[in-house]
Amino acid sequence: MTDGTEDLAVLSAAPESAAEQAMRAVLDASAVQRALTRIAHEILERTQGADDAVLLGIPTRGAHLASRLGRQIAAVEGLELPVGTLDVTMYRDDLRLKPARALGRTEIPGGGVDGKLVVLVDDVLFSGRTIRAALDALGDIGRPRAVQLAVLVDRGHRELPIRADYVGKNLPTAQRETVQVRLAETDGQDAVLLGVKKAGSR
Amino acid sequence: MKRHLLSTADLSADDATLILDTAAELARIADRPIKKLPTLRGRTVVNLFFEDSTRTRISFETAAKRLSADVINFSAKGSSVSKGESLKDTALTLEAMGADAVVVRHWASGGAYRLAHAGWIRSAVVNAGDGTHEHPTQALLDAYTLRSRLGSLEGRRVGIVGDVLHSRVARSNVHLLATLGAEVTLVAPPTLMPFAVDTWPCSYSYELDPVLPKLDAVMMLRVQRERMDQAFFPTEREYSRRYGLHAKRMAALPEHAVVMHPGPMNRGLEISAEVADSTRSTITEQVTNGVSVRMAVLYLLLGGSEPAIGTENEEGAK
Repeated sequence: MTDGTEDLAVLSAAPESAAEQAMRAVLDASAVQRALTRIAHEILERTQGADDAVLLGIPTRGAHLASRLGRQIAAVEGLELPVGTLDVTMYRDDLRLKPARALGRTEIPGGGVDGKLVVLVDDVLFSGRTIRAALDALGDIGRPRAVQLAVLVDRGHRELPIRADYVGKNLPTAQRETVQVRLAETDGQDAVLLGVKKAGSR
Repeated sequence: MKRHLLSTADLSADDATLILDTAAELARIADRPIKKLPTLRGRTVVNLFFEDSTRTRISFETAAKRLSADVINFSAKGSSVSKGESLKDTALTLEAMGADAVVVRHWASGGAYRLAHAGWIRSAVVNAGDGTHEHPTQALLDAYTLRSRLGSLEGRRVGIVGDVLHSRVARSNVHLLATLGAEVTLVAPPTLMPFAVDTWPCSYSYELDPVLPKLDAVMMLRVQRERMDQAFFPTEREYSRRYGLHAKRMAALPEHAVVMHPGPMNRGLEISAEVADSTRSTITEQVTNGVSVRMAVLYLLLGGSEPAIGTENEEGAK
């Protein structure tokens, strides 16, 4: 862990959930911002200008990250990329392990995805199962020229042969640990938190 | 724990909103080249219809197929029911075949409740109309249509006009719309108004014309000739003149108000052709929305490890 360590903070858990362990910040707001700026540049670099790229965020936090990346790329290159969202709930392989969940929004930009370079955006890459579901969902919507993956945090422990093309931070974790991404849009502030899982969850 | 959708009176505002929000997302599938989701792969949905139906059965079948469930259609005509098989024996047959959900329409009020609670089957039961009692998915699709046309239901005024006495659509709508914060006014001749209507969460009137100018939506009910065993009104012409919606009456509605009908229509009796085909009519929209709403109900009942909506089965939860 190199970036963000100078601002290590111990955030106390919400008072009502005393059982929850204290979460440690591994990335603060400016580190999250730097990581996104770097990913935006990497996307532009690796796709030679990203002319046919479409950013698709996986709700909820991946969707916010995708629109931020879209704005960053517009600021750097003056290029307005199509940005959308892709809900994968109905394609998950663990649907029957939990009660039926509310659905997120799928918003495919007007130009569609056929023949485009789709960059999927999510907050945390863990087992890889969400991304597998996203690839299935994408297959029902169209046939992209290629699909790439951008994540803010890669915490390891893959259960499927899936890797990210753009990673904000590689975060080695233990299975019993939990990673939380907080974004200003949903949680009031940007941070990546690491803590110990509550007993009995997952 | 198994749950069912038997009556809109069992749905909390949160449950109903979850169904409508889920339906709104699922409606977008209809615009895609591949109108199918893999969610209910390997699940079996049985359409058990003891009464005639076109749109409800086709709508449930389409909904289940769009979620990749296997669908078995069972109608009383041409089955062993016409040889005198009881609901119980039919249910036991379905149980032996391993249905995950049974969508049931029955001519007896309480038919769906009996099927859900008698301990014959373990499947989730969805009421697709039981006698003159309830038709919850119709009310949900009406609420969905109203919400998408009017923005929200809170404080909206909805008139339900016609054969309220025999209408399961009216009963389901009164409960659901009240739960979602709308104000419902029932309009019917005294002979077609249910006895205990003053205990329902709505107001009522025997006259249509004074009610119309205040409404955000008017729902015309079908005159159900097949359930009428006596004379409820002198002539159809008189009924049509006092309670039918024709162009002149429609002009009395506020500018933004919509006209609904659950179908099938008696054109010229409770609604004139001109009104039914006007831009303010939501009748075909209601059919489209029916598929999305039924997809939402099937997904929320069958999609997870346990249902997210509906009523608990007291006897089944052992």
